[in-house]
Amino acid sequence: MPTFNMRVFRGNKDGGEYREYAVEAEEGQVILDVIHTLQATQAQDLAVRWNCKAGKCGSCSAEINGKPRLMCMTRMSLFDAAAGAITVSPMKTFPLIKDLVTDVSFNYEIAKKIPAFKPRAPEADGTYRMMQEDIDRGQEFRKCIECFLCQDVCHVIRDHAENQPKFAGPRFFVRLAELDMHPLDTVDRLELARYDAGIGYCNITKCCSEVCPEEIHITDNAIIPLKERVADKYYDPIRWIGRKLKGK
Amino acid sequence: MAQAVPAAHRRGFLSTLRIDAWWIEPLLVAASLGIFFGWLTISIFLDQWAFEIGPYISPVYEPKLFEAKGSIFISPAMVVLLGPVPFRATCYYYRRAYYRSVFLSPPACAVGDIGKTYKGESGMPLIVQNAHRFFMYVALLFIPILWYGAIKSFWNSDDTIGDTGIGIGLGSVILCLNAFLLMMYTFSCHSLRHFVGGGLDCFSCTKWTQARKRAWDWATLWNMRHRAWAWSSLVVIVFTDVYIRLVANDVISDPNTWGF
Repeated sequence: MPTFNMRVFRGNKDGGEYREYAVEAEEGQVILDVIHTLQATQAQDLAVRWNCKAGKCGSCSAEINGKPRLMCMTRMSLFDAAAGAITVSPMKTFPLIKDLVTDVSFNYEIAKKIPAFKPRAPEADGTYRMMQEDIDRGQEFRKCIECFLCQDVCHVIRDHAENQPKFAGPRFFVRLAELDMHPLDTVDRLELARYDAGIGYCNITKCCSEVCPEEIHITDNAIIPLKERVADKYYDPIRWIGRKLKGK
Repeated sequence: MAQAVPAAHRRGFLSTLRIDAWWIEPLLVAASLGIFFGWLTISIFLDQWAFEIGPYISPVYEPKLFEAKGSIFISPAMVVLLGPVPFRATCYYYRRAYYRSVFLSPPACAVGDIGKTYKGESGMPLIVQNAHRFFMYVALLFIPILWYGAIKSFWNSDDTIGDTGIGIGLGSVILCLNAFLLMMYTFSCHSLRHFVGGGLDCFSCTKWTQARKRAWDWATLWNMRHRAWAWSSLVVIVFTDVYIRLVANDVISDPNTWGF
């Protein structure tokens, strides 16, 4: 079995350092397995958040050799043990708690600001009916596991922490797009998308789509359509005249 | 055995823990954008160097509203500045490309961006990117114009050069390929995708929205390859322009049935 040189961040909000550990990996293992081996054998106090180990809970987000990834979905076979140390860091965008664990409560605070789904009145028989083709788009967005890797990689808040109060981030543009496209929903969230969520800050560099473990087309299917809807309402004088003529 | 090594996440321009060759893509994209857009910029104002011969006219000069004046300030190709040029400049794909490669904001994912502060497209000047849809409407008008030029390239009406009448040459084929790629680039546009159906919440509600859903499905299919259409159409329009100019200026000869 190859022995990997793991370079793992150890520290808390007051400071820290990378420490190197030699860890043996077995065939088929992922980074999270190796971190667990490390925790069991050499660093019992190593803090790491994890849960399902199947890429569905979104807990074990970290940065591996500088790339935001889920530790449980990153196979050791991607790496060459002879090529140098594998660096495992906590997510850069969020405040560090300890070692590989960050405080992602920023995201939960934003989630609270998004008005919940509010359906129109039910049909005469008391039910709601939707065709599959009307909810296909939203179902892609519901694959989100809230790992917050897209939030972590987004340079708007990663490199400019001062933008955090005015920018919701890709995960919440996905949520806003899902609700805005819903055939039954009645709430207009475009003002929120434009002002409080700051969709104008996004410059479509698509890093969020690149790191999404669920391969949601965040930029093409959520952010750009949302930008276009905001443009319909705020930046399109032709549509504005049309709405005025229709009395809307 | 654990050993201490240097510190964690640094902040600032180009700061990253990535060890792959992340800089190759922005470097190649910046160079390619510089070469292809640089040539097109020169070409628009280079009407002194022949851009048409027999049935062929460079797509950069289509539609030719007036004859070349030989001035570096006024050119018959300037009409493209009204639609195709700003359409590309505000295109969602090209925005990704130049924000990363030219503006370095950020140069690559998880690599520190260049600005000390950042407001993106939320304020001037980049808020004007929201005008993309209007340039798209104008760019749509250029599609029949480009196809007209491509189809016209099968008919030589210039009796001062070769035979006249219907025929075919390598230039005709290149002009058709160019028109096709520019059409697909426009049809795969994110704004067009939104315009034809993406703005709807209910696709199934009426016959009209069902028809728009079908249009949206096609636009979605093409949109998935928007980057490929963007690059292929850019490379081919530059190639077509250069090819026709080389033929028109007797640098190379075009294999064709008219014999010029």
